[in-house]
Amino acid sequence: MSVSGDTIREIAQLARLAVEDDELPALTSSFNAILDLFEQLQAAPTDGVEPMANPLDASQSLREDVVTETNQREALQAVAPLTEDGLYLVPRVVD
Amino acid sequence: MSYEMVIGLEVHLQLATRSKIFSGSATTFGAEPNTQANAVDLAMPGMLPVLNVQAVRYAVMFGLAIDAQIGKRSVFDRKNYFYPDLPKGYQISQFAEPIVGGGRFAFNLPDGTQSEVGITRAHLEEDAGKSLHEDFHGMTGIDLNRAGTPLLEIVTEPDFRSAEQAVAFLKALHSLVTYLGISDGNMAEGSMRCDVNLSLRPKGSDTLGTRTEVKNVNSFRFVEKAIHCERVRQEDILDDGGSIVQETRLYDADRDETRSMRSKEVANDYRYFPEPDLLPVILSDADIADIVATLPELPRARRARFEEAYGLSGYDAGVLTDERAVADYFEATARASGDAKLAANWIQGDLLAALNADDKNITECPVQADQLAGLIARIKDQTISGKIAKQVFEAMWQGEGDADAIIEARGFKQVSDSGALESMVDQVVADNPDQVAQYRAADPAKRKKLSGFFVGQIMKASKGQANPKMVNDLLIARLDPDDN
Repeated sequence: MSVSGDTIREIAQLARLAVEDDELPALTSSFNAILDLFEQLQAAPTDGVEPMANPLDASQSLREDVVTETNQREALQAVAPLTEDGLYLVPRVVD
Repeated sequence: MSYEMVIGLEVHLQLATRSKIFSGSATTFGAEPNTQANAVDLAMPGMLPVLNVQAVRYAVMFGLAIDAQIGKRSVFDRKNYFYPDLPKGYQISQFAEPIVGGGRFAFNLPDGTQSEVGITRAHLEEDAGKSLHEDFHGMTGIDLNRAGTPLLEIVTEPDFRSAEQAVAFLKALHSLVTYLGISDGNMAEGSMRCDVNLSLRPKGSDTLGTRTEVKNVNSFRFVEKAIHCERVRQEDILDDGGSIVQETRLYDADRDETRSMRSKEVANDYRYFPEPDLLPVILSDADIADIVATLPELPRARRARFEEAYGLSGYDAGVLTDERAVADYFEATARASGDAKLAANWIQGDLLAALNADDKNITECPVQADQLAGLIARIKDQTISGKIAKQVFEAMWQGEGDADAIIEARGFKQVSDSGALESMVDQVVADNPDQVAQYRAADPAKRKKLSGFFVGQIMKASKGQANPKMVNDLLIARLDPDDN
């Protein structure tokens, strides 16, 4: 399996990373080297092996449904670039 | 051309936990912006999610209630996308191993026939915050109070064929989740939001057409209207030889139309992968048995019991069991008054009408169940007539006290003193010689109808307090002397 420069561009777009055209050849070959490695892993027999969701051999511990946090808005908004009326302001986004 | 409509639903249900799914922040609706959004909810570096046990319990309760497979092992995944009201850049959700697997959901259509659809799955996830696009100097305001509120996303099979069926399902689902107490079901506050997936295909075809998804419809009425206008839109396109574009649309209630959400530059690609910050959730048989023990009697079972135990019609039992609090109120009234039929009639009639008129729900009802039972007892023992009872009910609604106190204070007691009634009968007969002559000249079979005039006059003279049965008996004795 190998990827093209277009795929790299799409992935960069999804990750909101700026990638210049002249970086594409190097990135493409790095990607393909990683995919080659995974191709080797694919060859390992995995019949009957349960997919691993987490490397720790443990299950999730749960917390009781209790409100433990107090209002920290003032402290949290002190480090935000822009706030108004208690809201965080960001560049305009409309669907 | 004639088409068959195919609909599948996705319902986002806010679970009624006190704290968020992965943090100890409060979930109270309507708080000042960002006062319930703390370091975990804001995705500050180094913050880690810790799962709320109550969200897990609620999800399992839902699964048990619809006889679905319960995921004894379920896994959280990251659903990756960028939006400012999603601070982490991913939503923690469940993908390959949800907590609730496939099940069936049975419900009744408005005409009483039974319908059933498949539930594909239900999974736990966190809600996003809210973006406010009002004028903040050309910027967008973000309120993250809702970020991290637990959601159960319920996905159905494409088993619906009409808007009516979809709405009946949603009403039954709403009833179920409020019975279970796993959600407040407040649609106006967004506690239950629905995405409608809809496609058309030629009648008789068994391949699915291209579907569109109408997002975030938040009332039963809007679901019905959104389905209707999306159906018409797709029909028009197909009839003109066009093809449907698979896309996400929004329902605009003001214009009663659906419209395309600006298509994303790149197709959605959420790149799900297991959430490394959370371990698999493992439920033992004992854990599940503990949750089974907390399940209340569910709407359908209660409805069947009401028909059986109280002799109610299917329709009446349906109205009374639709809301858990109404069903509880009915049972308390029926028990205290010893007359389930009268209790059912009063609750479905005067009580629900009065609640509706005052825009109150049953938990805010000014007349308690034992007060209504007290009123019913006085109707049963003939202290008051049904007509006077309505006035007593009105007075109880206004907070004037119990039925007995009101009957006493207002002198509403039914007149059952035969001496007093006889003199009223004499008076009416003396005042209306023409009607008396007409009555006596009439064929005996028609007399009953004519006697209604006299009964009416007496009830009027007694301000509705004469015992109607005694008045009737006395009248007949007085008017039909020949027959006696």
